[in-house]
Amino acid sequence: MLGEKLTYWMNTQRSLVFTTSVILATVLAITIFGEAYGLGLVSTSMVKTLGKTLALCLAALALDLLWGYCGILSLGHFAFFGLGGYMIGMWLMYDRTKDIVINASLTEPIPLTALEIEEAIGTQIFGVVGGSEIPGIWWFADYFWVQLALVILVPGVIAFVFGLLAFRSRVTGVYLSILSQALTLAICLYLFQNDNGLRGNNGLSGLQNIPGFDHLSQAFISLWFFWASAFFLIIGYVGCKFLVGKKFGNVIRAIRDDENRIRFLGYNVERYKLFVFVYTAVICSIAGALYYPQAGIVNPTELAPIASIYLAVWVSIGGRGRLYGAIIGAAFVSLLSSFFTGGQLPDIKIGSFTFKWVDWWLVILGLSFILVTLFAPKGIGGVFDRFQNRRLEP
Amino acid sequence: MRQLLEVQGISVSFDGFKAINNLSFSIGDIDLRAIIGPNGAGKTTFMDIVTGKTRPDQGEVLWGNKNISLLKRTEAEIAELGIGRKFQKPTVFQNQTVKDNFLMALKKNRSPLATITYKLTLDDMDRIMEIAKTVNLSAHLPRLSGELSHGQKQWLEIGMLLLQDPKLLLIDEPAAGMTLKERDDTAGLLRTLGSQRAVVVVEHDMKFIRNLDCRVTVLHEGGVLAEGNIDYVSNNKDVIDVYLGR
Repeated sequence: MLGEKLTYWMNTQRSLVFTTSVILATVLAITIFGEAYGLGLVSTSMVKTLGKTLALCLAALALDLLWGYCGILSLGHFAFFGLGGYMIGMWLMYDRTKDIVINASLTEPIPLTALEIEEAIGTQIFGVVGGSEIPGIWWFADYFWVQLALVILVPGVIAFVFGLLAFRSRVTGVYLSILSQALTLAICLYLFQNDNGLRGNNGLSGLQNIPGFDHLSQAFISLWFFWASAFFLIIGYVGCKFLVGKKFGNVIRAIRDDENRIRFLGYNVERYKLFVFVYTAVICSIAGALYYPQAGIVNPTELAPIASIYLAVWVSIGGRGRLYGAIIGAAFVSLLSSFFTGGQLPDIKIGSFTFKWVDWWLVILGLSFILVTLFAPKGIGGVFDRFQNRRLEP
Repeated sequence: MRQLLEVQGISVSFDGFKAINNLSFSIGDIDLRAIIGPNGAGKTTFMDIVTGKTRPDQGEVLWGNKNISLLKRTEAEIAELGIGRKFQKPTVFQNQTVKDNFLMALKKNRSPLATITYKLTLDDMDRIMEIAKTVNLSAHLPRLSGELSHGQKQWLEIGMLLLQDPKLLLIDEPAAGMTLKERDDTAGLLRTLGSQRAVVVVEHDMKFIRNLDCRVTVLHEGGVLAEGNIDYVSNNKDVIDVYLGR
């Protein structure tokens, strides 16, 4: 009896050891990176690229929890990522514009009234879509903490309503995937409208400038965002690892494998699905709120249906059902993508035909996705299984 | 003697075919009962009615000492009242360990927050160990349930049923696809269970039923043909004509 109990205890410890070593490796990599930056080996744009990559990894991690563990392939989670960017972007843009307006008015003989300041901000931000009034949805844009709360609330509520309707009607499998594509397309098309108060196809820009931190250089700010992204990625990883390590994790895997059987055991499958759906939507939103200040701009194109499909491709290439697999996949593919589309590689001339990496990268990505699906269904993460003597299927 | 389950004169027909015809059946708190009969005799339909999957056209199904009618209850409510059912084909979660399968079945709060905050206590572990011992899976707890033999999966599912702690177990063809040794062990296991609670076993393997050493109900064309111990029913002329003779 005692011996058997000890065996289980050891089993849980093994996963703890594994988690700890993944985190330590990440911290080590980040530290080495920090040192390299200090020595001038890494440029500011490189820091931004890496920081953005970490934010994308966080979103992939969320999708892996939803798809790889709970079996729900959402092809709409990038919508939540984009919405997170919009929510934090509203504060960034409003307060930054306010700072500019106030600074410019300092030379005026008579100080501006609050109303005049507001009008000036309105003209600055909405002039591009032919308006000068600040729309109602910008009501809280001046309050950092409120906008931060909205990063969680807006995608959370949308995911809750969508999930409630979809799961209650027992929409599963490919039908849910299609429905989630419709969701992201609907949000995307809505954002494209000029009169919705979010500047239509212009989106929100100038997000790299953090209000109140004008005195700091971009090099410094981007490094801080890099650290913040790394921090949240670790928190996200630990948070997801915690969930899947609990009895909750057993239940969602059981839902993935045989939804009707677990219902027969007395579990309310819909409530579990809804929980995971909302939880991962919020993680994606937080990732977006970290990503877009580094990218500098968020516009409706970011929420196009293809973006959510990329997210699923990353998770699949990295190895779904393994949290670290999603991180590896997202980092690997998105870094390769910025390498190939960055224009550093010379075009190859074959006779009259010019092979442009920028154009062909998508074809290469598509092919590698097919190859991974055919020959390495467990993805890159599957390689790591060999280092564990006997791995339990996730 | 007070009965745990009382089925009174139920009938059900599908497209004019009488699957169950004025069938009555009852079982006490602690009892082991075998139901046999040729294909189409109504064995599975009978279980479907008791568990709420099928509604009878006539008759009544009463449960427990308060005589609750089961006919208007959903499958989940009936399961909650204490009727557990094992289907013919074993369905366990193959990608998870035997222990985790047991853990999910263990009678506990089923809400998402409860499963997040749940911590395995020594009491729960003892309970799982006890059931694992009952179904001969003590040595296999850390294994993936997909690695188990067909017979062991059957046991695992019976164990999961036990952890849900039902008052009545309905078990459909437990010996299907088992080796001879496994059949003997299963029969032994069911005998033990029948000494603790109400168990109804549906089988058509005569040797297996003999091994159970219990009261046997023979179904034929939706009704009870004979009831008694195995020697009585196997020597009954009607039974020999319709079933054993073939």
